[in-house]
Amino acid sequence: MIEVSGVNKTFILGDSTVHALADINLRIEQGEYISVMGPSGSGKSTLLNMLGLLDRPDNGRYSLNGVDTQTLDENERARLRREQIGFVFQAYHLIARLTARENVEMPLMLAGVPARERHEAVAGILDRLGIAKRADHLPNQLSGGERQRVAIGRSIVMKPALLLADEPTGNLDSRSGAEVTEILENLNRDGITLLIVTHDNSMGERASRRIRMVDGAVAADQRFERVV
Amino acid sequence: MRLLDLLRFSLLALRRQRFRSAMLLTAVGLGVGAVVVLTALGEGARGYVLGEFAYLGKDTVIMMPGRKETTGGMPPITGVAAHAITLEEMEVLQRAVPGVTALAPMVMGNGPVSYKSRERDSMVIGTTAAFFPLRQLQIAQGRNLPELALGEGKQVAVIGQKLKEALFDSGRAIGQWVRLRDYRFRVVGVLAGSGDSFGADLSEAIFIPVASAQAVFNVHGLFRVTLKVKENYQVEAVKSAIAKQMQLLHNGELDVTIISPDAMLSTFDSILQVMTLGVAGIGAISLVVSGILVMNVTLMSVKQRTAEIGLLKALGAPSSQVRTLFLTEAALIAAAGAVLGMLLGHLLVFTGTQIYPDVPFATPAWALWASLALAIGTALVFAWLPAQQAADMEPVNALGKK
Ligand SMILES: Nc1ncnc2c1ncn2[C@@H]1O[C@H](COP(=O)(O)OP(=O)(O)O)[C@@H](O)[C@H]1O
Ligand SMILES: [Mg+2]
Repeated sequence: MIEVSGVNKTFILGDSTVHALADINLRIEQGEYISVMGPSGSGKSTLLNMLGLLDRPDNGRYSLNGVDTQTLDENERARLRREQIGFVFQAYHLIARLTARENVEMPLMLAGVPARERHEAVAGILDRLGIAKRADHLPNQLSGGERQRVAIGRSIVMKPALLLADEPTGNLDSRSGAEVTEILENLNRDGITLLIVTHDNSMGERASRRIRMVDGAVAADQRFERVV
Repeated sequence: MRLLDLLRFSLLALRRQRFRSAMLLTAVGLGVGAVVVLTALGEGARGYVLGEFAYLGKDTVIMMPGRKETTGGMPPITGVAAHAITLEEMEVLQRAVPGVTALAPMVMGNGPVSYKSRERDSMVIGTTAAFFPLRQLQIAQGRNLPELALGEGKQVAVIGQKLKEALFDSGRAIGQWVRLRDYRFRVVGVLAGSGDSFGADLSEAIFIPVASAQAVFNVHGLFRVTLKVKENYQVEAVKSAIAKQMQLLHNGELDVTIISPDAMLSTFDSILQVMTLGVAGIGAISLVVSGILVMNVTLMSVKQRTAEIGLLKALGAPSSQVRTLFLTEAALIAAAGAVLGMLLGHLLVFTGTQIYPDVPFATPAWALWASLALAIGTALVFAWLPAQQAADMEPVNALGKK
């Protein structure tokens, strides 16, 4: 589903240039479970943002489900994000003035789905993520784990093919971290392509494909039998 | 995004930034309120002036002694002229100027009118029977002054409603004799209604034949003359015919002022309309100034909600949608401010009508719509730049900001 070839991204900071992505070549099939690890500053987030069409590479090719994304304008990229890509961030990025339910509904609302259909679509997700009881709470009334589950709910409400998670457990204690990981893995089992950036070795080693980045380049790309 | 969702989302956002919203609401509210109040004042003044002259028909012409020196100014109220206008001249006018159909000369004065032990200081108007239809005054009881030759006096009077009540209470006035200075007049008619005009309350006046008034006050000249132009005659043409005749009578000197209220009114009307527009413009300026506030507040809001903008983009909101969100917030607050301003303005206008019931204060409908449109339009124009800034943000950069 994803084909990346010869992709570079450099940032110029003062008089030093940082090669955040250095000649990346990747092929990802539908339904894969991939972890991306590596030292801080190695380009993990940059890679994820590029795959999520939040950022543009300087050069190279990136095709998503057969669409060459480098030729798309911003509106078309927004449409691909809306329809095919879900994001989970370390910092949750919930809208503070909206309830858990409304946050989950947000993508549907932006897409113009009527309220009743939204409620139906969201009810099952809230249930499945174990936050149905907290649906009418504001984010600041929720624990970190609950917040991240709301964010996950929001990321999958449009039924994307690709789920990108940038250190989703980075702000969580180990128990809620494990719960969030399990939720993400369950989604992957249902067919979504899951790519998780993580610092946590034990989490990274759960993935069947592990990519290691160093200085913007893919240093290792290994496939394993699913352990768990 | 559905309209209802859009409005709700914007309202929630506005509620989060209460202070800024309140500031904008106040600014727009004051601007719109100013337009409402100022145009109501302008319209009130216009209505008041027009109402004061409304009793004069299109086909009347007023002549008074004295000549205004500068064109376009107000005619002299107390004309001190070399030549007075006399009754004899009016007789000449009636004969010599074909366009004049009716003519009501006026001699004015004040005097004590008494009946038995009751006495009232009244306005005394010496005139002819033609006066009442010309001024659109109705006789409620009895009859009009008799048709007399201009120079002929007679001891009869028509009195106003209030004067009648002051002297006779609810008793019968018709046929009674009242005293004015050394003369006695038999009441033949009582006026209907309050007859308020020119700021003078005609219902407190007594009307007697013009020659009798000249005798009572020992005056020769007329205070003014109201003339009615015959059907199918041009008012302006008759005016100049009268002027020519008067000039002839006054040894070639044109020392009378002749005005047609209709022409005067339309001048007044346009002056007052311009005034209303002018004060509306002052209100509008304050509205436009509030636009600068709208811009700053929206700018602040965009800065503060950068991460939210990044998120919306990550969720697939196109740039136009992000722009719409911020424009909607600005338009909503402007609309709310406008409604608030209208309520406030109307309250003030209502208070004004309570204090000055004679002045028809009223905000014209166009001012309401224009101020609402201007408030929203200004908000949209000034919010556009910051909203476009939000729309143009790179999603990855926006998301990174805290
Ligand atoms: N917007 C940016 N401007 C300048 N440098 C950046 C920017 N984003 C990332 N970088 C740099 O690119 C490199 C890779 O960053 P990142 O992808 O965030 O690393 P990681 O997520 O692996 O910690 C780092 O050296 C970082 O400083
Ligand atoms: Mg990172």
